[in-house]
Amino acid sequence: MHSLFATKDDLYITLAKVCVLLFVVLTVNAYLTWFERKVVAHIQSRWGPHRVGPHGLLQPLADGLKFFFKEDPTPAGVDKFVYHLAPLLALALALTSIALIPFGPDPIRWHGHDIYLGIAPLNLNVGILALFAITALGVYGVALAGWSSNSKYPLLGGLRSSAQMISYELTLTMSVVGVLLMAGSFNLRDIIDAQARHPERGILGWNVWPQILGFFCFFTAAVAETNRVPFDLPEAESELVAGFHTEYASFKFAMFFIAEYTSMITVSCLCTIMFFGGWLSPFPASWTFTHYLPSVILIPSGLWVIMDGFHYETLFGRIVLPGIGTAITALGLALIVLPHQYNEFIQAPFWFLSKVLLFLFVYVWMRGTLPRFRYDQLMAFGWKLLLPASIVNVILTSFVILAKMQWGHP
Amino acid sequence: MTAPLLVFFLLAALAVIGAVSLILQKHPIHSALSLIVVMVALAGLYLLMGAEFVAAVQIIVYGGAIMVLFVFVIMLLNAGVEEHTSLSKLAGPPGLLLVVALAAFVAATIAKSGAGVQAAAQTGALSSTKGISEMVFKDFVYPFELTSFLILVAILGAVVLAQREKS
Repeated sequence: MHSLFATKDDLYITLAKVCVLLFVVLTVNAYLTWFERKVVAHIQSRWGPHRVGPHGLLQPLADGLKFFFKEDPTPAGVDKFVYHLAPLLALALALTSIALIPFGPDPIRWHGHDIYLGIAPLNLNVGILALFAITALGVYGVALAGWSSNSKYPLLGGLRSSAQMISYELTLTMSVVGVLLMAGSFNLRDIIDAQARHPERGILGWNVWPQILGFFCFFTAAVAETNRVPFDLPEAESELVAGFHTEYASFKFAMFFIAEYTSMITVSCLCTIMFFGGWLSPFPASWTFTHYLPSVILIPSGLWVIMDGFHYETLFGRIVLPGIGTAITALGLALIVLPHQYNEFIQAPFWFLSKVLLFLFVYVWMRGTLPRFRYDQLMAFGWKLLLPASIVNVILTSFVILAKMQWGHP
Repeated sequence: MTAPLLVFFLLAALAVIGAVSLILQKHPIHSALSLIVVMVALAGLYLLMGAEFVAAVQIIVYGGAIMVLFVFVIMLLNAGVEEHTSLSKLAGPPGLLLVVALAAFVAATIAKSGAGVQAAAQTGALSSTKGISEMVFKDFVYPFELTSFLILVAILGAVVLAQREKS
């Protein structure tokens, strides 16, 4: 702890990382709304946003501007301090949690410094616990917003959210115990490394197979923790208007919105790390030809973006889209042409981000498919099914690990 | 002044301010929020001593679970601003006396065990999960099991109390 910032350079590097991560996360957040609207629209046989920019790509920017310039009224009779604190708290905690995620194993060497992908220090031995600690505090943003608004629908939404988060937090914590037992560490990097013990197994070495029950419990509880469909009772619009954020407008509403989407990203990262091998490739380590997969995906998609750009007779279609397409294609080509080490370096972040994107898609997919739970169903499901299932998972895993230790099976 | 010392004083000040504000606040929710600030500041102090595990558990259990329950109950009862009663005249002098006595006791304890506390903080025995597991499940297994039994009794008591009105 005392040597967190050994030199001034470390401090500057960390600050730079914070800025980069903040920028990336906020941009991804904005385009996640676009992604969600597009995917849900196609599930429902609609087009989704398509007016602002090609394929509606500028819609997030327009929405962002709108959030800034909307009137920001404060309802009468609110508890001013708590009312203003709640969205700040929600956003700050959501952004803190993503700072603990490691995004890749190898450092970038730059002027004699090893710069690792991810802000948290490498030897953060309580990685997963620290994440749960921040998640545990996250409930205050929602609960306090509901309480301080001096309005009955937000209050009901806040109450529901507190009850739901307390209930599902138990399952969330219990369901990862199996993974922790298998890895023998709380450190997120160690958990990924433990899944790489048999490099020849590839996808079969991931935790999701022995821990399939734990994964089911974890993902369900995580969706409930992030207040997403089918567990979005705190903001059930048919019953509670908009739940806890009914009385919030303008940028304060946007802060809740960003917090929710950032939590989605964090949970997707966690699922990837805990159960899906983090940055490990699903292929056996000897299949080196799969290392060209990023290029195989990047080059055609870059060419498609260039092609697509020419359909639009605007500045966007003539310059921006072909420019982006050229950049993507060039990146794909560079990974083939440049020395081997660049291609090796890109593997880990490529797989990590692909898996995270897959989970984000599942989130959106569920929103487009599943109806909302009723409140008593939600509670019964959490307490009577998920929690016992996760405890059974812990006991089974312990027995298997103990048996392997006893009879020396690797 | 070194950076850890600066952080220590910041966190200590935060904890003290939170504790004082807990008592002075008029509204129960504000008091609960102040208590959360105290809990988080304490977790920061544990982190500063290298006890990462204890810090995380402090926030998960106290800052998260227990305080969420407090806030939840306050919201559920919709408790309003505290009513002012005429304060007890008797509470002043003995209270002041007790404060002085407690402060003296704490100061004496710190003065006596200053070196020991520092040593314990620097060995970092509590920082690794393995170290904690060994302590809880080997050295202190009987107190640990007894405590969990006590908690079980408390849970049963709560269930019995909650069910009584039905029959």
